[in-house]
Amino acid sequence: MYNGSKVLVGLGLFFLIVTVPFWLGFGTEELAPELDLDTPAIAQLADKKCIEPTGVMREEHMQLLEQWRDQAVRMGNRYYEASDGTVYQASLQNTCLDCHSNKSDFCDRCHDYGKVSPDCWTCHLDPEGMEL
Amino acid sequence: MAILISLLVTLVLVAVPILGVAAGAEYVLGVVLPYLAFLVFVVGFILRVVRWASSPVPFHITLTGGQQRSLSWIKGSKLDNPSTTLGVVGRMALEVLCFRSLFRNVKTELHPEGKLSYRWEKWLWLFGLALHWSLLIILIRHLRFFTEPVPFLVGWLESLDGLFRFGYQAFYITDLLIVLALTFLFLRRVVVARLKYISLSADYFPLFLLGGIATTGILMKYVSKVDIASIKELALGFATFRPVVPEGIGTIFYIHLFLVCVLMAYFPFSKLMHMGGIFLSPTRNLANNSRAVRHVNPWNYPVDVHTYEEYEDEFREKMVAAGIPVEKG
Repeated sequence: MYNGSKVLVGLGLFFLIVTVPFWLGFGTEELAPELDLDTPAIAQLADKKCIEPTGVMREEHMQLLEQWRDQAVRMGNRYYEASDGTVYQASLQNTCLDCHSNKSDFCDRCHDYGKVSPDCWTCHLDPEGMEL
Repeated sequence: MAILISLLVTLVLVAVPILGVAAGAEYVLGVVLPYLAFLVFVVGFILRVVRWASSPVPFHITLTGGQQRSLSWIKGSKLDNPSTTLGVVGRMALEVLCFRSLFRNVKTELHPEGKLSYRWEKWLWLFGLALHWSLLIILIRHLRFFTEPVPFLVGWLESLDGLFRFGYQAFYITDLLIVLALTFLFLRRVVVARLKYISLSADYFPLFLLGGIATTGILMKYVSKVDIASIKELALGFATFRPVVPEGIGTIFYIHLFLVCVLMAYFPFSKLMHMGGIFLSPTRNLANNSRAVRHVNPWNYPVDVHTYEEYEDEFREKMVAAGIPVEKG
């Protein structure tokens, strides 16, 4: 190999950079966030289920909320018929946060984990108190 | 034909994870293949560079894009035609970060009346730069899936990239840029006849592959949602060597991941190696000091020389006898 030292320094840098995820992964204890479903409202529910199946909620809750916003604010339609036929009030404040009143142990867990910053709280009040 | 083949290959590659998920091979798609592909990428990349570094540079072939260092009253071009190592580093940085050589691009036209004209042509530079910087930023942004907590720099870059909003969430400028750039780079090869003539499957395939990765990524972000938390769990498992495959991740994610695996495994064997190759380009990484420093061709084998002194020593008596003048009595 010609210019061996220079090439090796370059390759060493290459290796360090492409393996960055592994270096940063050292010391990571928990792989997944724990969601806290233990709120007074949920404890009182006879049938402990969300408005749609868990899988759907995990994947599409943001789209549902956006759809709710559009239909409530633009069309004045404040009701949502779930896939099982139950009709709910289409409201983050009055429906979602009624049960999930623990924003910091529910919403924020995944949002912080996935580094997503949704715009919900620029209009809506944090159920656990205003953060200003 | 080359376009068709690359497109077909890409479509087949999209079909593989769909069938794989249907057959329940999530572990293979989500854990085994990513590790294998990453290994092929790193080892293949290093071996390829070592192989390149093993071939000697016979001549000092600097490209002279400016005035060479000369007499003190002639202004030299320190970055375009460097004579020092520092200058070479500067030129390389300019090349890698700003695509200096592409910026030189002009369109040469010969007009019917015999006039030659050079026209401003920076589109390739512009879209090439947009593509590469978008790729880098998108790659760094993806670190949010591999780290917990997410490093400050990654979050900062993401908020900058997501300055615009789409519904409730960030709209990434790089998502738009990469699609525009890939479209341009593809159309360029299709529309310009002489480019189409020299374009091979190996030119179209990376474009389609990157296009497929970008498309599935964009679809997951804006259209067909996937469970980000589960995906991060998978990615963190990958980064911490504790592989897990959480239930209920959408097929589209596995398509995305599989195409990325193909890209990684394909990388060391393809034109994409220009990532490492740019640093080994003799025309870019040699200082133009050939008038000051002698460049010895490493190919030169040791030549058996027979100097005149040795010759004279050998034949002195015969030379003297024949009356030929000698240097040593």
